[in-house]
Order: sequence, then C-alpha cells, then structure tokens
Amino acid sequence: MNEHEARAAVLAAIHEVAPDVNTERLDANSRLRQDLELDSLDFLRLLENLAQSTGVSTPEEDYADLTSVQRLIHYIAAHS
Amino acid sequence: MPSLGADMEHGKVVEWLVKPGDYVHRGDLIAEVDTEKTVMEVESFEEGIVAEFLVDLGETVPVGTPIARITGTPADGALVPPKAAPGATPAVQPPLESVGHATPPIRHLAHELGVEIEHLHGTGRQGAITRADVEAAAERSAAPAPPAATPPAAPTPTPTPTPTMGRVRSSPRARRLAAKLGVDLAGVRGTGPGNAVTEADLRAEALAAPLSASVPERGAAPPSDTAAPTAETATATEAAERIAKLRRAVGELMARSKREVPHYYLSTTIDLGAAMAWMQRINSERPIATRLVPAALLLAAAAKAAKEVPDINGFFIDGVFKPSPAVHLGVAVALRGGGIVAPALHDADTLALDQLMERLRDLTVRARAGHLQRAEMADPTITVTNLGDLGVETVFGVIYPPQVALVGFGRVVSQPRAIDGLIGVRPTVTATLSADHRASDGLRGSLFLARIDELLQKPEKL
Repeated sequence: MNEHEARAAVLAAIHEVAPDVNTERLDANSRLRQDLELDSLDFLRLLENLAQSTGVSTPEEDYADLTSVQRLIHYIAAHS
Repeated sequence: MPSLGADMEHGKVVEWLVKPGDYVHRGDLIAEVDTEKTVMEVESFEEGIVAEFLVDLGETVPVGTPIARITGTPADGALVPPKAAPGATPAVQPPLESVGHATPPIRHLAHELGVEIEHLHGTGRQGAITRADVEAAAERSAAPAPPAATPPAAPTPTPTPTPTMGRVRSSPRARRLAAKLGVDLAGVRGTGPGNAVTEADLRAEALAAPLSASVPERGAAPPSDTAAPTAETATATEAAERIAKLRRAVGELMARSKREVPHYYLSTTIDLGAAMAWMQRINSERPIATRLVPAALLLAAAAKAAKEVPDINGFFIDGVFKPSPAVHLGVAVALRGGGIVAPALHDADTLALDQLMERLRDLTVRARAGHLQRAEMADPTITVTNLGDLGVETVFGVIYPPQVALVGFGRVVSQPRAIDGLIGVRPTVTATLSADHRASDGLRGSLFLARIDELLQKPEKL
C-alpha cells in the first residue's frame, strides 16, 4: 500500500470514529489526541477499523509513536 | 414521559418503535425520546396492547406526561391516565374508579412502601392488585412520572404517601411565586385547604427539588422548547442548539450539586506497574478488537471497591442516604462537539474484565451516537470520570445528584517511585474521590480509594 492509499484508509477510519471531523480538509499534522480529541477507546476503534481495511494489526508497543495523522499514515504504508 | 436523569425536565418523542395494536411486554423498547442531552430509547413499563399515542412526534412535553395508552386486555380499562390538556397539570395518578383486591403479602408491601392500595388500579387477574402495581405506584408517588416499575436492582426512591393530585389548586399569588422559584406546580403536594399548594409548599419544594432525583427542576427552559422542530434533519443550527441545551442542562445540574451537596475531596497516587504489565502481556496475544485499555481496569477496580464500601454508592433523596445493593457505574463520556453524558454500566462489579471492556466500548459508541436507553441514563449509583485519557493528571469531579460520589482518574504517567528502598520509574495514576459528606466521611472515602489501589495490584483478579 502506497502513501496515497494509506492516507485514504486512515481518513476513512477517522471518519468512522469521529464523524464530525472534516477529513477532506484535515491537516495531516493534526495530533490524534490533542487536536482530534480521540480518547483511548476511539484510538482502539481507529486501529481496529484500519486492521479491517488494510490488514495492518498494530501491536500495543507501537501505540506511543502513533501520535499524529501523518505518523499513522506512514505507519500503515510501511506495514501493509 | 419518564425521567431519564435527575436533570431532565422535558422530552419529546422523535420516533415510535411500536404502533397501535402492538402487544408490548414490560421492558420492550417503545419509543426514541430526545432529551436536551441525547436521544434515548425508552421501554414500556407496562404489559399490554398499545391503544394510542398521546403525544405527537416532535412535541416537547414535561416529564410525567403520559405519552401512550397501553391497555392490559381488551376488557381492561385504561392503565395510563388520559393526556393532560396543554399547559395543564400532567396527570400522574392512576384512575381511581376501580378498587381492586390484593393478597396479604401485596398489602404488606403496599404498607411498607406507603402506597394506598384502595387507590390502585389492579392489572392482575380480575383486577387484582399485583406486586408490580404497588411498586409502580410507589415509584409514581415519589416521582411525577408515568407508571414505572422499579428495576429490582435499583433502589426505590423514598416513598411518600400517595398525594391526591389531578388538578392543582393554587392561588394566583402562589402561581406567581412558583414561576419565580422555577417550581412546577404539578410536582408539588399541596398542604393548604383542599390540598391547595401554599407558598410554604413552594418554598419547601424549591429547596427540596435540588436534592431529589425524582422531582425535576423546572422553569429554566425557554419557551422555544415547546415549539422545537422534529429531529429528523439535524442541521448545523440544530446541532449548535443541541450543544447549547446540553451545556445548559449540565450547568444546571452541576450548579445544583455545588449548591446543595457538601463535597469533600480525597486524592491518592496508585502504582500501576503490575496492572500495566499484566495488561500489555494480555494485549500482546490478542487482536485489536479484544484488547483492553487502562480505563477498563480502573473502572473494574472502582466498581468492585464501591460494592465493598456502600457509603459512597447510592442515592441521597429527600434527606436520606440510601445505599444501593447494586453497583451501576456511571461512566462520563465526553461528546464530540461538547458536553458530557454519564450512562451506566449496569452491575459493573459483577462483570468479568473482558465483559466490562466490551460493554464500555458499546456504551461509549452509543452515547456518542445518541442511542442510549432510559435505564442507562437513570440508573447510575456512582460515576467515574476518566479525563486522564485526554491529558490531565488529576481531576476532582462534581457529584451528579442524587448520587453521592464521583471518582476521577487522571492520565497514566511514568513517575519515580520508591519500591523496597530503591527508586524505580513506574506507571502511576492519580485517583480522586469527590464524595457527599451527608452520606459518608473521609475515613470511608479513604477506605474506598485504598481498596481501588489494592485491587489494581492484582489485575488478574479483576
């Protein structure tokens, strides 16, 4: 999966979890917790949605690095 | 229109889940109700046939207004009083025409609950008065709500002798005072001549209302509420209006809490080394869908500790603290766009950790989507706020009346700790308790927090 596809998958997953976020205009540097206000349950749902759509299963030890939309896109692109 | 929380004043039916002629059992979902906070599914309190709807879709009515008529059997009369005329007193009493008979155990129960059995309409065989009738009447006499069966696990509000209501007698002067105090005359038991509501009744009510779960405060909602449009098209304006309403509802309840509840506050820092190591080990073997989050462990520990320290689990109603035998753990869920709701995880102390996690996920999703059920909003016996997820280390919450305690968990942070004479870096969480001094004091509160700490040291047993 290239960066472009990963981006589409991540934005779709964010839309599922936080439908109020305008994903079309979303700044990739937005932080998941502080800017998008995702809590730990939202974050888990986000990863679950991504696992379904991309097949990437994120181990818990990688959670700490996934702080922004951009980092998540990189991560999905690199691991799919 | 049942009360879906201490702070609910009005509601409107936005969707019927049944149609006239349907047979409904107690507990069947019959309608979706829009409160100022969220949309909730409401269950039937009666078994029988839906005869007619008494309110229109989108019509905002006060708590206590009958919304549907359910008949027991074709031969049976109306179980629910007829619709109140607009602006008139919501009828809250069952019809008085039928004097049913009751078995001695039922009479005993009625006596205990302070229900006058001769005023009851029996729904049992040949009009016999059943246990459910008496319990529903006890609930009604304490609350201006439609016939409502008390869930067996939930504490029954303090029963009061059944007032004779229907039309409220009051002087113009009393009505003016009622408006000023924000008291709904329909909810006041008059002690004047002919049960007229006196000024003294109103002042007592204005003082008592903030303490009672069952008597909603009134008069704060603007007139526009009564002409609110149906919630089919949630435009941006409506969304903004909803947030404003929710803000106001939360504000009123919290102001009431701060005004009436003598809070005391405790705080302790808990070492989560064992809990986090255990959780990470478990999670590493699991797919994302069944992984745990720290919040689930914290909630499980809080629920089990609440079961053991009953002084902080229950309701303070009409000047009396009633501990609850069941722990229905309210979980504060921040809504996207602003506002907060705190629906219950029922019997949270009895749930296995995985079960609790699953329910927590489900509850959070439904809370945000506006698909909570009535009992989830009405039942919490103690509430937990887990603000730590979004950053802060410590949160001292405001108690949700008539509950008597609120537990706060902050962010899990790494801290240097002394363990067996050595300094180590450990994950920790600050747990706080805001509790009602009328129901407990610091010693019991301390025991509660200490118990949470102990439970978290043995996470495999949660």
